[in-house]
Amino acid sequence: MNRYIYMDNSATTQVKQEVLDEMLPYFNINYGNPSSIYTLGSKSKNAIEIARERVAKAIGANTNEIFFTAGGSESDNWALKGIAYANRKKGNHIITSKIEHHAILHTCQYLEKEGFKVTYLDVDKYGTVDLEQLKNSITDDTILISIMFANNEIGTIQPIKEIGRIAKEKGIYFHTDAVQAIGHVKIDVDDLNIDLLSMSAHKFYGPKGVGALYIRKGVKIDSLIAGGAQERNRRAGTENVPGIVGMGKAIELAYENLEESNAKLIKLRDRMISKIFDRIDYVRLNGHPTNRLPGNVNVCFEFIEGESLLLSLDMEGIAASSGSACTSGSLEPSHVLLAIGLPHEIAHGSLRLSLGDFNTEEEVDYVVDKLVEIVSRLRAMSPLYEKIKEVK
Amino acid sequence: MYSEKVMDHFRNPRNVGEIENADGIGEVGNPRCGDIMKMYLKIENGVIVDAKFKTFGCGSAIASSSMATEMIKGKTIEEAMQVTNKAVAEALDGLPPIKMHCSVLAEQAIKAALLDYSKKNNIQIKGLENFNPDEDVHEH
Repeated sequence: MNRYIYMDNSATTQVKQEVLDEMLPYFNINYGNPSSIYTLGSKSKNAIEIARERVAKAIGANTNEIFFTAGGSESDNWALKGIAYANRKKGNHIITSKIEHHAILHTCQYLEKEGFKVTYLDVDKYGTVDLEQLKNSITDDTILISIMFANNEIGTIQPIKEIGRIAKEKGIYFHTDAVQAIGHVKIDVDDLNIDLLSMSAHKFYGPKGVGALYIRKGVKIDSLIAGGAQERNRRAGTENVPGIVGMGKAIELAYENLEESNAKLIKLRDRMISKIFDRIDYVRLNGHPTNRLPGNVNVCFEFIEGESLLLSLDMEGIAASSGSACTSGSLEPSHVLLAIGLPHEIAHGSLRLSLGDFNTEEEVDYVVDKLVEIVSRLRAMSPLYEKIKEVK
Repeated sequence: MYSEKVMDHFRNPRNVGEIENADGIGEVGNPRCGDIMKMYLKIENGVIVDAKFKTFGCGSAIASSSMATEMIKGKTIEEAMQVTNKAVAEALDGLPPIKMHCSVLAEQAIKAALLDYSKKNNIQIKGLENFNPDEDVHEH
């Protein structure tokens, strides 16, 4: 067994060759500090500005609204803490959802300890936020609405345009954690009324450790990292030049090929889902059936547990992930699967296969073949499956 | 994350299945927590002549069940009562701290099956006086 099939592209992606090629000179040839005034420094500075233009163009923003960070988590922390502290006099209420990434949820919990009030919106069985509940949750103290663009586990895409409209009508800042959506969904910050948007390069074939926060001009926000005057005095620290260069190239590539790449991914995704449903019983699809990320497959196999599924797949050279408790380092299954109403015992059997540009139809078929074998082997061992068969 | 021993018992679990007309059957765990172990024992003249299991759970739960059945086969009831969760974990060359409850579950499954045997045969087994198979092994 020498095959290796990577189907965990929501966790991270490989750096594309074209991206790496652009990055490499900035490690050992054009290694100058962008803040230095000599030629080597200005070469780095120019490279950052080209990357900034590429990122701005991808989301319909101006270049002076893009701020590079160390990744999605930093961008989320900055957006929430920065808005909360800068607008404290205006109000102390934040609205978010129950299915956000922990970079949002844990930051909200921190802000609650600091005296802020946070409303965590429910989602329906597909993982879509309830817009009525959103409207009803808004008070005179609400300063920020933060709702993710697309969910990292189940792939559901939120009604961002409607949320943006509601926020704008009420004069409330709207932040979206778009880490999973950028590079896979068309985004225009003006059309969608987004005030702040988090992104991370390694989710769209760029390098790890670099991301950005889009901050609409005029938004009142504090800095998270103090120090030098980098990023127009808003984010201190010598810039990760090779990373930023890579991010710029990766986002340009992603949007150049968006429609072609999405069409291919949706075809693969739907092939995988329908094959799984044809060949395995007691399975359910998590997330919205159509309004979901192009590469996201998330299913629950009843009567088996996710970690044994992942270990078995790994033995076959297949990389995937699960929302099972045993893979999260805690005893609770994924908060997202519980929020869409799955009982604990079913949430434990979840599997996420996130497809990417390098996956093929042949790989999809191979993985489904292996899944059929693995699920049947684990079910043969499961006392829960035996009970179901008795009932039948 | 797991030792080679754990992976070996996960890959090729020993004694998977059921025993028809088993002398003792024990089921412990809770599907909510993601693990259930069911153990079947065949006991002749106070000796466990066969042991089988079925487990719903993670890799270490399956490996712990497999190892536990190996450890009690051929043992007397008294000897099997001495198989602790620590012994199961050590036989597997250790478990990650968060997974230690899997070995606890294996110990509980043995005891639950022995308790069932003692009830069916109307005998007392030393050490099972206060044993409650429904006790939750997780720290919630």
